[in-house]
Amino acid sequence: MTRYVMVADLRRCVGCQTCTAACKQANATLPGVQWRRVLDIEVGEFPDVSRVFLPTGCQHCGDPPCEEVCPTTATYQRDDGSVQIDHDLCIGCGYCALACPYEARYIVDEAEFAYGMEPMPNEAARFDEGKIGVAQKCTFCIDVVDAGIAKGLKPGVHPEATPACVNACISGALTFGDKDDPNSPVSKLLAKVEHFRMHEDLGTDPGFYYIWDKKPEDLM
Amino acid sequence: MKHGQQGYSKTDKGGQRKKGGKRGKVGPWPRLQKFWDIRAACNFIGGGTGAGLLLVAGFYALQGLDNTPLVIAGFLSISFGLFMVFLEIGRPWRSINLFFHPQTSWMTREGIVAIPLYVSMALSVFFAGQFIGVLASISAALLAGLFLYCQMRILHAARGIPAWRHVAIKPYMLITGMTEGLALALCISVTSAHTALVPILALLLFMRLGFWLRYAHQLRIDGAPEASCNKVDDLFIWTMVGNLLPVVLLVADWWLEVEAIVVLAGLIAAFSGWYTKAIVVTKAAQTRGFRLPRTPVRGQGQSRVVGQSGFRQNQ
Repeated sequence: MTRYVMVADLRRCVGCQTCTAACKQANATLPGVQWRRVLDIEVGEFPDVSRVFLPTGCQHCGDPPCEEVCPTTATYQRDDGSVQIDHDLCIGCGYCALACPYEARYIVDEAEFAYGMEPMPNEAARFDEGKIGVAQKCTFCIDVVDAGIAKGLKPGVHPEATPACVNACISGALTFGDKDDPNSPVSKLLAKVEHFRMHEDLGTDPGFYYIWDKKPEDLM
Repeated sequence: MKHGQQGYSKTDKGGQRKKGGKRGKVGPWPRLQKFWDIRAACNFIGGGTGAGLLLVAGFYALQGLDNTPLVIAGFLSISFGLFMVFLEIGRPWRSINLFFHPQTSWMTREGIVAIPLYVSMALSVFFAGQFIGVLASISAALLAGLFLYCQMRILHAARGIPAWRHVAIKPYMLITGMTEGLALALCISVTSAHTALVPILALLLFMRLGFWLRYAHQLRIDGAPEASCNKVDDLFIWTMVGNLLPVVLLVADWWLEVEAIVVLAGLIAAFSGWYTKAIVVTKAAQTRGFRLPRTPVRGQGQSRVVGQSGFRQNQ
């Protein structure tokens, strides 16, 4: 089996939003839509205050609540574990967005561009009418991953088979790969670090891991 | 315009970022969902009331009473709710796709139940006073109960909204739908209402109040977002008045026997339920927010276990 997951090393993330920009460039999302976001969080009370950058987006859950509630089967899970949307089936009811505990979904009812209602030439060239009025979210750049695999490349290792946000990350905070493959970058990484998954108690089996420390053995 | 999402970064125009958008001012707090507005709430209002009306219509059919006005009112109420959903969705002309996922989606199941429900309502009206009409009315009542159950499960399946996900919302949604329907049924058939309906309505009002108070209490106990709890708590006076005043009026009518008092009690009972549902769907629907159980270790620093803004530690 294959289970694509993403790992975000919170120790490394500097909150530069390059992943966000790369995602927007790769997927031509409209202003206000960020499939890959980085939250800038203040934690604690003075004087014990920390600043944490938290990359978020669709967690490509193993048990996706969005897929469960979707009345149209537009949201579906692939055999590789990624959760995708068939924009031709979606009716834009928004139910999936309410079922998602990660606030990862967007619905744009009317296109607005960087400078108003008229698109710039580059925006017009890449505008996708099919994404208006329906749910949209991070795809793990699955078209890139599929194309890379077809060329014999390994997702998470070769940039041509890896999501744009991971390729763009300046600090190496984001890693992508097949968690069921013990030799994948994510499996090797997760084996030697302390990590958590967000809202795990909701039974969603999220495919997004957050690293917060080394494993204790490595500290000794 | 886009509805819904959002983001916390200062570059995100669609979110609920604070004015000024300073980096330190953004965070992982729960916030009000924007995907479902009053149009979606109207589905729960119209559907619940319509289902309640059809349940009473089924009772009338069993008693040999004319239930046609109630069935028509139920039809109009449910149709109103479904039409509002039609207005809510982004691609209404693809509505047929709604029926594609009965395996797990309660929204699909609601839509599927609506089809035989409409057939039963039509048969009930066309064959009013005949045996087949009685059967159709009973069928409509059973299907209306199923429709109401689906609506309850739709709210509960939304794992991203703690106020809807809470288990205590389920009995409230069932009881308030039945209460609203019975209250309107009394208004519609006030001159010929079955004598049992008044005490049943009083009982339902007490039950509804009890379930609401339990819901409000448990929501806070179980650590739902503060803003959700506050919105629910704000309805305390409203729900007390909306449930107890109709009871007082029904008791008064027992002595005075003035039909207008029953109508007034019914309208208050129905309207208070509608308003409460509208608030639950549109105002108390805070998201979970983002959870950061631990801070990362950087340099010589140490990781700390953290709670979540907007939530208490026990959430």
